[in-house]
Amino acid sequence: MSAPGGDDYRYVANHNPMPANKAMNTVRIGAGAGYAGDRIEPALDLVEHGTLDYLVFECLAERTIALAQRARMRDPDAGYDALLVPRMQRLLPLLARHPVKVISNMGAANPLAAVARIRELASTSGLAVPRIAAITGDDVFDRIAEYAEATVLETGEPLRKLKGTLISANAYLGARPIAAALAAGAEMIITGRVADPSLFVAPLMHEFGHAWSDFTFLGRATVTGHLLECAGQLTGGYFADPGCKAVPDPWNIGFPIATVAADGAAQFGKLAGTGGLLTAATVKEQLLYEIHDPSRYLTPDVVADFSSVEIIDHGGDRVEVSGGDGSPKSGRLKVSIGYLDGFAGHGEISYAGTGAVDRARLAAEIITHRLRTIGLLPRAMRCDVIGVNSLFADSKSWSDNYAATQCRDVRLRIAAHVDTREQAELIGREVEALYTNGPAGGGGVTAGVSERVSIASILIPESDVNPQVIGEGEHHATT
Amino acid sequence: MQLREIAHARTGDKGNLVNIALIAYDPAKFELLRRVVSARRVHEWFGSLVAGEVVRYELPRLGALNFVFARATGGVTNSLVLDGHGKSLGFLLLDMPVDDTSMRHAGT
Repeated sequence: MSAPGGDDYRYVANHNPMPANKAMNTVRIGAGAGYAGDRIEPALDLVEHGTLDYLVFECLAERTIALAQRARMRDPDAGYDALLVPRMQRLLPLLARHPVKVISNMGAANPLAAVARIRELASTSGLAVPRIAAITGDDVFDRIAEYAEATVLETGEPLRKLKGTLISANAYLGARPIAAALAAGAEMIITGRVADPSLFVAPLMHEFGHAWSDFTFLGRATVTGHLLECAGQLTGGYFADPGCKAVPDPWNIGFPIATVAADGAAQFGKLAGTGGLLTAATVKEQLLYEIHDPSRYLTPDVVADFSSVEIIDHGGDRVEVSGGDGSPKSGRLKVSIGYLDGFAGHGEISYAGTGAVDRARLAAEIITHRLRTIGLLPRAMRCDVIGVNSLFADSKSWSDNYAATQCRDVRLRIAAHVDTREQAELIGREVEALYTNGPAGGGGVTAGVSERVSIASILIPESDVNPQVIGEGEHHATT
Repeated sequence: MQLREIAHARTGDKGNLVNIALIAYDPAKFELLRRVVSARRVHEWFGSLVAGEVVRYELPRLGALNFVFARATGGVTNSLVLDGHGKSLGFLLLDMPVDDTSMRHAGT
């Protein structure tokens, strides 16, 4: 381990920096990204000054992999994270000086191509090429026909009834293949679809050597992974509410570090000199983020119980998290299926002054009639008056709560779900035609079209999936 | 008074479901939250934004409640709504009035 930097960065979460040849009493993991487009600087700071063992970049949202799969269909060398190259260009020179192992799902739909690209970047930069492993096997699209009768979780109907062309199917893998890659000596691991907390559970399982049937530890490690997976959301990101919740220097949020002990208890901290904050309140918000039943959080590794977690705020951006439990995994894996779901067309136009809301509503009425006149019947359509009801237009009670007539600065947004790109373009064109045909005073039209890729989820037996660790010309099957 | 004076919230989503974690600033206020912010009241508050039931989970150790429900507009990947995730919803919940008599009843 390198010593902390000599500048004003001091590591505060652990007062006993680890010696170079320490026994693995604790493992230090940093969060390098909480979503695909996240800031890179906090991750670079952590590599330089965090005395980390591992840095994990979680970059793969539910739909991202379906979009990446489309990119791969067009180009067999594409389909990995769009920011992989700029991230690695900044990261690789630092990794040459700081022996931090990196785990990331930036492989998206093509982990092997991502690994090849990273190796190429390292060698063309004259840097030592790290030992990189790819994890594959999450892609189950070639056997999707077997699951025609599987229930789609979102609709409750069999998969065969889904309307639209299926384009991808990726199972959420667990921590095990990543731990196997670490055991094989990998310094960097690039995956496709892996359950987010499992990216963090893997190094903890590898370092501590606990049994895969130690569900209490797996549950606690999942708590740590869940807290870290959104990076800045643990350390003051997504938290500020002026007047109620202040966040210092929110333009420089430092990403979190967990120092995890063999029993799964963890000390959370962030680098001194960074913005944001880490308190019991930020930890509670993130612990429950995207959670349904807190006593049954399902991952491929464990059914984790967050209800018994204890949080102690030590002050100074240091929070201790202990407790938590787990029970045996379900034995089924969630599969995210991407499918083409028509097109969305949208157009927007602004109105000002007294009567602005009435003119916006008249404009919406005109568009509705126009679409009927030209024979375009959308599958679904929304008319939002931004500034009045764009977030809850579907609820009369909410609309009534706001004095709509007092709004003197509104923007009408028309959005429609249609079958073809041509139809989607017509939506924006009709909104634009409001300039010369619609209510008085409309301005600032914008319009756009997007191809819709939607997601359906099913559960499959984990025995249907065969994760692979692919290193330097090697193939290790892991189960 | 409004809920936001005694609690903070974060909203998340998964598939078609949204969850709102409602957390007491002061753990001593948890019992009040538990009594006043029922699943039924949250359902009434959000009205037609909700499809189906509102389920409430209690986390006494954290001083928090977790509300889970499906949105009438569908989930993030198949909705025309601008905030497809529903991430803004937690702050609508924080606008809920908390009755002063229930505060006194709670001995606070």
